[in-house]
Order: sequence, then structure tokens, then C-alpha cells
Amino acid sequence: MATASLETRENRRAWGFVTPALLWTVAFFVIPFIVMAAISLATRKGREIVMAWNFDNYIEFFEKAHLLKGLFVSLEITFTVTLISVILAYPLAWIIAERVPQKWQRMALIMAILPFWTSYVVRSYSWLLVLAQNGVINNSLIYLGIISEPLELASTRTATVIGFVHFFVMLLTLTIYANLVQMPPNYRRAAADLGANGFQVFWHVVLPLTLPGIMVGAFLTFVLCIGDYITPQILGGNNELALPQVIMLQLGRRADFPMATTLSIILMIVVTLAYIACARWLKMERT
Amino acid sequence: MISSRFSKLLSWSYLAALYAFIFLPVAVLVLFSFQDGRLPVPPFNGATLKWYGEVFADSRLMSALGNSLMVALGSATVACVLGFCAAYGLARFVLPASRLQRGLLIAPMTVSYLIIALGLLTTFNWVGVSLSLWTVGIGHVVINLPLCFAIIYASMGDHQKNIERAARDLGAAEWQVMTQVSAPMLMPSILAAFFLSVTFSWDEFIIAFLLSRFDVTLPVEIWSMLRSGLNPKTNAVGSVVFLVSVALLLILELIVFRRTAKK
Repeated sequence: MATASLETRENRRAWGFVTPALLWTVAFFVIPFIVMAAISLATRKGREIVMAWNFDNYIEFFEKAHLLKGLFVSLEITFTVTLISVILAYPLAWIIAERVPQKWQRMALIMAILPFWTSYVVRSYSWLLVLAQNGVINNSLIYLGIISEPLELASTRTATVIGFVHFFVMLLTLTIYANLVQMPPNYRRAAADLGANGFQVFWHVVLPLTLPGIMVGAFLTFVLCIGDYITPQILGGNNELALPQVIMLQLGRRADFPMATTLSIILMIVVTLAYIACARWLKMERT
Repeated sequence: MISSRFSKLLSWSYLAALYAFIFLPVAVLVLFSFQDGRLPVPPFNGATLKWYGEVFADSRLMSALGNSLMVALGSATVACVLGFCAAYGLARFVLPASRLQRGLLIAPMTVSYLIIALGLLTTFNWVGVSLSLWTVGIGHVVINLPLCFAIIYASMGDHQKNIERAARDLGAAEWQVMTQVSAPMLMPSILAAFFLSVTFSWDEFIIAFLLSRFDVTLPVEIWSMLRSGLNPKTNAVGSVVFLVSVALLLILELIVFRRTAKK
């Protein structure tokens, strides 16, 4: 009896600690999400938003080419970026973990991710300086006499991809490095003792053991890349719009909240599917 | 022997090439913030501090800078306090559905900032809350609370539990245990959570853009400067933003990680 009342008292106190954070999350994350889902089922009459409780916006998304195209552009950019970033980041993480002397590794890693901490806006602007029609690359090439006319580098998908890859190489280097240094050196020694050559050790031992790090980094890349508005807007321009740009367009020019929320929910479904695929895959790896 | 020397050379050249790629935009940004001329592109005409002078004389930019600092410090403080309390409650007590609670607190981390911003925007519109720096702050707490909770929760080990129990046996009230025993022990991770939150809020654009109206934060002000094209003044203010972020991380490295490394 005494213990029970003590437990309830303890419990009440515990709720006191947890409740503020829970309330905050419910009020400013869960409820907004529900409101957003509800608005996506509404329709717009003039400037008024009327609750229609139907899926017309979702049907419209699949019918209108310019909306659907946003999703495909986003997916293409995201997959390209993820692939290139992994391919560039893996050797970098490996060299830092294996070739750089132990006491310099921390420094090398901090240096490798320092520009990670510039804001999205500033980082994209910096790439614009490099890629613009009168930017660093074009001006240097013309000065050196290699080209006579400036290359069309900015306002292309290539520019968007470069801007993204720059950011995610840093992120992936971090996650892959963390995985590489966790690996016990004995594994590789054992494989080498059993007669594996350098490539075989890498392919059959090192790579499978670092795949979780790659996958975690790749998933983060996917989520951050597909939801970003700034990089495609500043570097890609308006030639082809990624999904976040289409969402912002609905908001800005037309104040079309029902369509903007519909597109956001679709974006979220895509991310969730990617998460499920990733989690499944990681679980499969473990068993 | 030759092949090992070759692979060494290859490694170092790859390292150099990637570092060059990573630092290229930042180097260009900072270098041409000193450009003595109207365009921040080669050729470099010579160094001047003119553009920094213009940045610090620009009242719009300066008030945006003040707003950014206010929102960053305020939202990071709220996120840290809420995150610490929740971590304390969930790590030290047995609560029903604690897994679900942890999941709920972490959930915003998996959602794009754009979606969080849009959700809050539609909700504020619907309720009739007008947009201001307060609404930006609320948004930044939403994105930083999961981070603070996760960092602090992960560092709450069992060995601290015994010290807390001892304090309780010696007659300390629960709030005394929390503020005078647990918080000092967990200070490195609390500070890490705080400085990371400040950095994220300081750099964040889309939430600040969608949830503000008249008073804006620095990234939003820079965004509106971009419409005028390439300009050394934008380079200068961008360099300032970068420098502040790096300074924050340096503080984090010096006071947080050094201390934990010593232990």
C-alpha cells in the first residue's frame, strides 16, 4: 500500500518533467500536421478556403504535368546527388581514417566539414560566385584563353547537383569515417592472414561493415536534399522546378494553401517510404 | 614498393582535390568580400574593408543580425530546458508508453523543415496568430527540441543515477537533485545541445522565411539581398555569418569536447 502510493507520487512527478516537452511537440508539430492534412482535403474558392473533404487536390497532382514533374525532378536530383556524394566521400573518409596520422585525424575531419556550417543561403550564393556567367570559373577560363564565350553553368541542374554534392560529401564523410574507425583492425588482419589481397579485404570485409554508415548518411542526404528549397532556387533557377520550389510557388504567387499542403504531404510520404526501405534494409543486414 | 608509393601519392592528391572542392566556395566568398570594385569575381583588384563598413552601417542588416541572435539564443534555451526535463523524466522514472513518448519527441527530426514550416504557417493562419519573431522562435524550438532531447538523454547513464539517489537520501528535494546534481554532471552534453541548437537556428532559412513578416532574421535578409545579383557586400555579410558559426563551433570544441576528453 505504502509502495503503491509512493509509486503514484513518483509517477506524478515524472509526468511533470516530461509533459512540457510533450505538450510543445503536440501543439507545434502534431496538431499543425493534422491541420495541414485537413487543409489538403479542402478546395479554394477565390481567396476563401472551403473544406470539401475530398481528394481532388491529390488527383489534380497526378493529372497536372507541371506538378508531377516537380516530384520526378526532385527524385532524379536526389538520387544523382546521393550516388555522387557517396562515391566521392568514401575514399575521403578512408584516407582520413587510414592514411592521416592518428593525432591529425580529428583536425583533418574538422577541416573537412568546416564549410558544412555555413547557412544554406550563403553556401548557395558562394557557389553562384563560382558558377555564374561572370563567375570565377568562366572569368578564369576566358582569361586563360581556353574559351571565348562564357559557359552556361549557373541556372542548370548541374549547378544544383554541384551545390548539393558539396554539402553532402561533408555529411557522408562524417558518417562513413565514424563507421571506419569503429571497425576492429583484427578483422582485416584476419582476412589478410587467410590469404585475401587488398581488394578482397576491402570488398568482402571493409565495405560490408561500413555499409550501415553509408546507408545512414545516404538516408540523411535523401531527406535533406529532397526537402530543400534554397539550393535549387538559387543555383538551378526557374528552368525546371524541384518539388519544394513548386510548393513555394503555390504559396507565394497564388496563396493556394490546399495545393501547397497536398504537395507537402506527398513529399512526406516519399520520405517515409525511403525511411521504411532504409530501415528494412538495415534490419536485413543485421540478421 | 613502387605501388605503395604510388597509392600514397594517389591518396594525398585525392585528399588535396577534395579539400579544394570543399573549400572553394568559402574561399571565393571570403576573398572577394575584400574586393576593391563592384563585382565579387576575378580579377581581384586589391583589398579593401569598404564592404564590411557598409554591412555594419546598414541598419536593416544590423537589426536582422540582432533578431537572429535573439531568436537563436531564446529558442536554444527553451529547447534545452524542455529537452533536459523530458530526458530527466524519461531516463529516471518508469513511465507508461515511454517508447512512444521518446518516438514522439524525436519525430520532428525526420520531417523536412519546409513541411514543419508549412504546417505551422497553416495552423497560425487558421488560429489567427500573426507572424513575428515569436513564431520563428517557436518553429526553431520544434526543430531543436528533438536534438537536445536525444543528446541529453543519450548521456544519462546509470552511474549518475546512484549519485542522484545518494543526494535524495541526504534529503535533497527532486528539483534540487535535478538542478544541483544532475545538471552539473550532464553539463558537457547540455552545452553541446545548446551550442548546436544556436548554430542551427542561426543558419536556418525556410522556417524563418515563412514564419516571419516585418522583422526578419539574417539569412532571410541575405536572401532578399540576392535579388540584386552578385555583390561584394553580400560576400561580406556572408563571411560574417560563416565566422559566427565557426566561432560557435570553436567554443563547443574548446569547452565541451576538451573537457570530456580530459575525463
